[in-house]
Amino acid sequence: MTATARSAKPAAPSSAPPPELHLKMLRQMLLIRRFEEQAAEAYALGKIGGFCHLYIGQEAVAVGALAALRDDDYVICSYREHGQALLKGISPNAIMAELFGKATGCSKGKGGSMHLFDASRGFMGGHGIVGGHIPLAAGLAFASKYQGNEKVCVCFFGEAAVNIGAFHETLNMASVWKLPVIFLCENNRYGMGTAFERVAAVTDIVEHACSYDMAAELVDGMNVLTMYDATRRAVERARKQSHPTLLEVRTYRYMGHSMSDPLHGVYRTKDEVEEQKARDPIAQLAGKLKEDGVIDQAALDALDAEIHAEVEAAVKFADESPDPEPGELFTDVLVD
Amino acid sequence: MATLTYRDALNQALREEMQRDPNVFLMGEEVGVYQGAYKVSRGLLEEFGAKRVVDTPIAELGFAGIGVGAAMGGLRPVIEFMTWNFAVLALDQIVNSAAKMLYMSGGQIRMPIVFRGPNGAALQLGSQHSQAWESWVAHIPGLKVVAPATPADAKGLLKSAIRDNNPVIVLEGEMLYNMKGEVPDGEHIVPIGLAEIKRPGTDVTLVCHSKTLAVALKAADQLAEQNVSAEVLDLRSIRPLDEAAILESVKKTNRAVVVEEGWPHAGIGAQIVDLIQRDAFDDLDAPVQRVTQADVPMPYNKVLERAAKASPEKVVAAARRVLYLE
Repeated sequence: MTATARSAKPAAPSSAPPPELHLKMLRQMLLIRRFEEQAAEAYALGKIGGFCHLYIGQEAVAVGALAALRDDDYVICSYREHGQALLKGISPNAIMAELFGKATGCSKGKGGSMHLFDASRGFMGGHGIVGGHIPLAAGLAFASKYQGNEKVCVCFFGEAAVNIGAFHETLNMASVWKLPVIFLCENNRYGMGTAFERVAAVTDIVEHACSYDMAAELVDGMNVLTMYDATRRAVERARKQSHPTLLEVRTYRYMGHSMSDPLHGVYRTKDEVEEQKARDPIAQLAGKLKEDGVIDQAALDALDAEIHAEVEAAVKFADESPDPEPGELFTDVLVD
Repeated sequence: MATLTYRDALNQALREEMQRDPNVFLMGEEVGVYQGAYKVSRGLLEEFGAKRVVDTPIAELGFAGIGVGAAMGGLRPVIEFMTWNFAVLALDQIVNSAAKMLYMSGGQIRMPIVFRGPNGAALQLGSQHSQAWESWVAHIPGLKVVAPATPADAKGLLKSAIRDNNPVIVLEGEMLYNMKGEVPDGEHIVPIGLAEIKRPGTDVTLVCHSKTLAVALKAADQLAEQNVSAEVLDLRSIRPLDEAAILESVKKTNRAVVVEEGWPHAGIGAQIVDLIQRDAFDDLDAPVQRVTQADVPMPYNKVLERAAKASPEKVVAAARRVLYLE
C-alpha cells in the first residue's frame, strides 16, 4: 500500500486556515443552516415539492472542504447538495427558486432540490441516484488531466453509496489513471433509516482505499478546521501529483433523510440526535472564535440576523418568481 | 469511391474525427493494445497514443460514467462497448446521466458523447449475448439512436454522431463488420434522422434497419420473382425517426411490413405501426405486419436460433399477407 496515507484517528489541524477565513467559514455555515431551516419551513407549507434532503448538522464538511478549493475547481454532489451549491457561489435566490420550481431557479425550475446546477461556477450538479455521480466526478477529473488545466474535482457522496458498484469501479479507474479527484464520503451513519454497520461488512470506509492503492484519510466532519486541513492535503495531492484521495468524513445529519422522513424513531433515538447536537459544528467554531476574541455574542447575533434576512429574502424571491413558461416543457431535451 | 468493410469504414470515421478534433477520444475494453475486440480501432493507439485511446477494465458502468463526466468537462468521448449486451450494466449512466443532463440542468450542460458497439445477435452466442437494444435506448428522450446497415452509412453516421452535441447511441453489428461496400472518398457525412430508400418499389414497403436491411433486400428479390415490387426503406436513425419518409413510402405502396431484430413486445415496429395507423390510415389497404425475433430469449441451438430470427422467408410471407396473396 505504497500510496496510502491513512491515519486511524481524525487528524489534528496541521495547517490552520488564516483567521479571516475563520469568520468567513462561520458565516458560510450559518448561511447553510438558516437556508435549510427556511427550506424546511417552505416544504411544510407546500411551497417545495418532491424530495428535499437537508444538510443541517453537516455544514462543516462542505464549508471546510470548499474553502480548500480554487474557484474553478469542480464540485459534484448527490441530492443533499444545497450547501455545496451555496458555497460555489450560486445565490440563495437562485437555489431557493429552484427548490420552488421557478423559472428563476439555477436549473430553470426543471431540476428541483436534487438537481441544482451552475456549470459556469464548476458546480456540476446534484444527482439523484445513489453513487451514480461518482463516475462522473472521475470523468471531470479525466477531462482536467486531458486538458492540463489543473482543475481538481471533489465528489460528495454519502456512506451508503460505498455499497454501490459504481463506487468501486470508479475508485479503481481513478487510481489506475491517477486522476485529480477527491472522493469525499460524508458518513452520517444512516442511509435513510439503515445504520451503515447493519449493511456494510467493512465499516471503516477509509479501508476501502487499500483495495485501490489510494491515499485516504479519516476526518472529523464536525470540525470545520479539521475538514479544511484534510481537504487541503487532498487537493494538493490532486493538483500537484494528480493522485486521487478518499476522505471518510464522520458527520451527522440532524434531520430525517428527506423532508418526508422522521427525525428519529425506529432507526435512531432522540437521545442520540441530541448527543450529536452537542458537537454542533457551528457552535464549535463560534465558541472558538469567541474564546479567541475574534467575535463577541453581539457580533454573532448581528451576523445571524443579517443571514436570516438574506434567506428570508430568498424565500420571498422564490415565492414571487414565475413558473417556467409552458413552452419550457419541450426545450433542453436536445441541443441543435 | 473505395470499397471498404463496415469495420474499416467505422475505423476511418474514428480516425478522421480524432484527427479533426483533439477533444475526441476513444475509451473502452480492448480498444488500444488489443486493437479492438472486433478490430474497429485498429491502428488508433499507434496514431493517437494512450491519452486518446484508453483501455479500460471490465467495468461498463464505471467507464460509461467517466465518459459522461468527461463530456461534462468539455471533451467528446466515444465510449465503445465490446457489445451492447454488456451495456445493460451501464444503463444508469446512459439513461440517468447522459440523456437527462441537459434537461435537468436547465440547458446548461451539453452531452457530446457517443456510445457505440455491436448490437443484436451474431451466431450461436446464446441468450445473454444476443439481444437487440433499439427499443431500450430509443425509448429515452435526450438520446439519439442510429443503426447503420452499410459501410457508407456506418462511416457517415458515426462521423455525424461524433460531431453531435447530444448523446448518440450507435448500434453496429458483429455480423456486419466484414460486409463490404462502396464508401465515398473524403468528407462523407450522413445526417442523423434521415431514412433512405435502398430499393424502390411500388407494391409494399419493407421498413428495416441495421442487419434487417439484408433480410429485407433478399425478401425483395424473392418477391420480385413473384411479380411483387417491394420498396425497401432503411431507417438508419431510430431516434429521431424519419416519419416523413415512412409515410411517403406507405402512401405510395399502401402496404407495409416492419422488420426488426428485436423482440415484438414494445418493439421499434410497434412505434412505426402506431405512426402509420395514425397518419396514413386512409392510405392503407391492409393492416401492417411485423417480423421480429421470436418472443423468447435467444436459444443456442443453430436450428432453433434460425427459427427465432427474422428471415427473408418470414418477410416474404408477411408481405404476401398484406397483399392478400395468402
